[in-house]
Amino acid sequence: MVRQRAVAETGQASGPESWGRYPRVAQEALPLAWADDPLPSGIAVLPYGMGRSYGDSCLNAEGPVLLTRGLRRFISFDADAGVLRAEAGTTLGEVTEQVLGRGWLPPVLPGTQFVTLGGAVANDIHGKNHHRAGAFGRHVRALGLRRSDGSLSTLHPGDPLFAATVAGLGLTGLVTWVEVQLERVPSGWVEQEAIRFRSLEEAEALDDASRDTYSHTVAWIDGLARGRALGRGVYFRGNLAEGPTTPPRRPKPRKVPFEAPELLLSPFLLRTFNALYDHLPRWRSRTSVWKFFHPLDALGGWNRLYGRRGFFQHQSVVPDMEGVRALLALTSTRGQGSFLSVLKRFGALSSPGMLSFPRPGWTLTVDVPNRGEETLTYLDEMDALVRTYGGAVYPAKDARMSGETFRLGYPRLDEFATFIDPGFRSRFWSRVMG
Amino acid sequence: MTGGRRVLILGATSAIAQAVARVYATSGARLALVARSREHLSAVAADLQVRGGEVVLQRAADLCDLARHRTLVAEAEQALEGLDVVLVAHGVLPNQQAAQEDPRRAVASWDVNFASAAALMEAAAERMVVAENGVLGVLSSVAGERGRADNYVYGAAKAALTAYASGLGHRLRGTGVTVVTIKPGPVDTPMMVGRKLNPRLVADVDVVGRRIHRALERGERVVYVPGKWRWIMAIIRALPIRIFERMRF
Repeated sequence: MVRQRAVAETGQASGPESWGRYPRVAQEALPLAWADDPLPSGIAVLPYGMGRSYGDSCLNAEGPVLLTRGLRRFISFDADAGVLRAEAGTTLGEVTEQVLGRGWLPPVLPGTQFVTLGGAVANDIHGKNHHRAGAFGRHVRALGLRRSDGSLSTLHPGDPLFAATVAGLGLTGLVTWVEVQLERVPSGWVEQEAIRFRSLEEAEALDDASRDTYSHTVAWIDGLARGRALGRGVYFRGNLAEGPTTPPRRPKPRKVPFEAPELLLSPFLLRTFNALYDHLPRWRSRTSVWKFFHPLDALGGWNRLYGRRGFFQHQSVVPDMEGVRALLALTSTRGQGSFLSVLKRFGALSSPGMLSFPRPGWTLTVDVPNRGEETLTYLDEMDALVRTYGGAVYPAKDARMSGETFRLGYPRLDEFATFIDPGFRSRFWSRVMG
Repeated sequence: MTGGRRVLILGATSAIAQAVARVYATSGARLALVARSREHLSAVAADLQVRGGEVVLQRAADLCDLARHRTLVAEAEQALEGLDVVLVAHGVLPNQQAAQEDPRRAVASWDVNFASAAALMEAAAERMVVAENGVLGVLSSVAGERGRADNYVYGAAKAALTAYASGLGHRLRGTGVTVVTIKPGPVDTPMMVGRKLNPRLVADVDVVGRRIHRALERGERVVYVPGKWRWIMAIIRALPIRIFERMRF
């Protein structure tokens, strides 16, 4: 089979990238058109879907990535039971488009619709309904796994290899298809409410008051506020609602056609935030599932706004608000320019994956442009705080955490390692596990 | 608008054919599918059924077996209860280097890309003319517009196919059958693996599928996909040969 060369003549890194565009490396790629396509032998591979992982967990330093977008066929859909089976390169957006008109929705939706089913499994993704529904892996009824020894198996919840493959970072083999239990919804519309808060205490109180009555909750935090303003932000809560029976159309994203210096990004985000904060202390609206679940998609390719050096996203979970306060305090004093941070309280529903990230507590997500050494230092300090408070950092977002941080956050790491397919490897794994 | 369309796709597992078929399936079309691999064909058929298509026939066949063409078309016509759209979409991209060194390889690729495609078009046209109805689409390529060093074995077959489709369309004038010649530029498909291309010139397969669907439904006679290739190729065809031969693309 022919292999795609990833380095263009200019010597500039090309080929598949991660979403944060850091590290920028040459990445070889091998597209798959069918689940039974031959895989290269004697060289480690890694499945690559939409490249929405931010750091290096979707890249492979030792061989090609397998582009799974060619595996995007539906296999079956039971519209009465809401059970959908599709090849692993199918995106959640494609699933939503297919099932919404029949009154169903993927049970867990992240900030972007451009995530493959395989990626949703490999990272055991979560959404704004984690306190209700748990992570994606809880809703997977079965999956097909192809290993480098040639074996093909169907895995179910309860199988040890299933528990390793969910949140398994693509390291246990090639997920060829996924069968998922969808969620019944009254329409494609969401009743949403946004409420301003002035402190983390207020945010926590809002969440206490909302978590039983709203299926979807999340907060935006002003990452630049300091001192007494620290922790101010906007709390969003929503429920799927009755609405027009024709589902809302899948929007076409506006594309960012060029790399831009970050100075273009900051006014954009700050203006949006300040407009919300200053003028809309409390506001209700009915919005489509596309806009509600996938705000990141409004500006396609927004990652390019961070310029050539790329950016980091740091997502951690800590057991209580004390840890969040410490992380935010550090962020605001460092002037690393995280304009907007996202805060969400995970629920108690456990994840089936050995390396699942979601666990009870608060998860804080911070975007920072890559300014070299000072940024790396700041992120190491963030990790130190996460360790102190007994939390974990999310591998899907990571490009630089230490092996120690990873190990402390994931106590089942050694057990997981026994299930890794020796023919699969990621840059993340090589870096963190040495 | 295209609900209930009766569509036969030959080479139904090609990435472009799948993209076109997805659009037809979503609009509730009835589909007959022919491709080489039975397993891949059933994966495509299942997908189209989930999307709302009704797959009434699946046939695994080597389309280079010319003797089967009439039977395949007749079976499809019967299963679909008529033919509104026939799309000839099978093809291979031979390795240029290997094919120019070994004529058997070149000829084998011409059998797939030209001879079998032309013969299939005749077989389909024969039935469609009787019914005085239908659109007969064929996937040619911009590569057939002017032979270039790095893919002229492929380009020669597509040039022949374009000429054949033109002649067939001419012959069928007034019969109620329309021939649509489709000339995609580079598309993000497995066929493109290993080729160095400016990513800006590589089209998304879903965009291409929707465009081809529209061309078939409108009966456009010659369609470049995406449309900018009409102008790019007009320029490339018009280049004086001394300049053309100096260019690297």
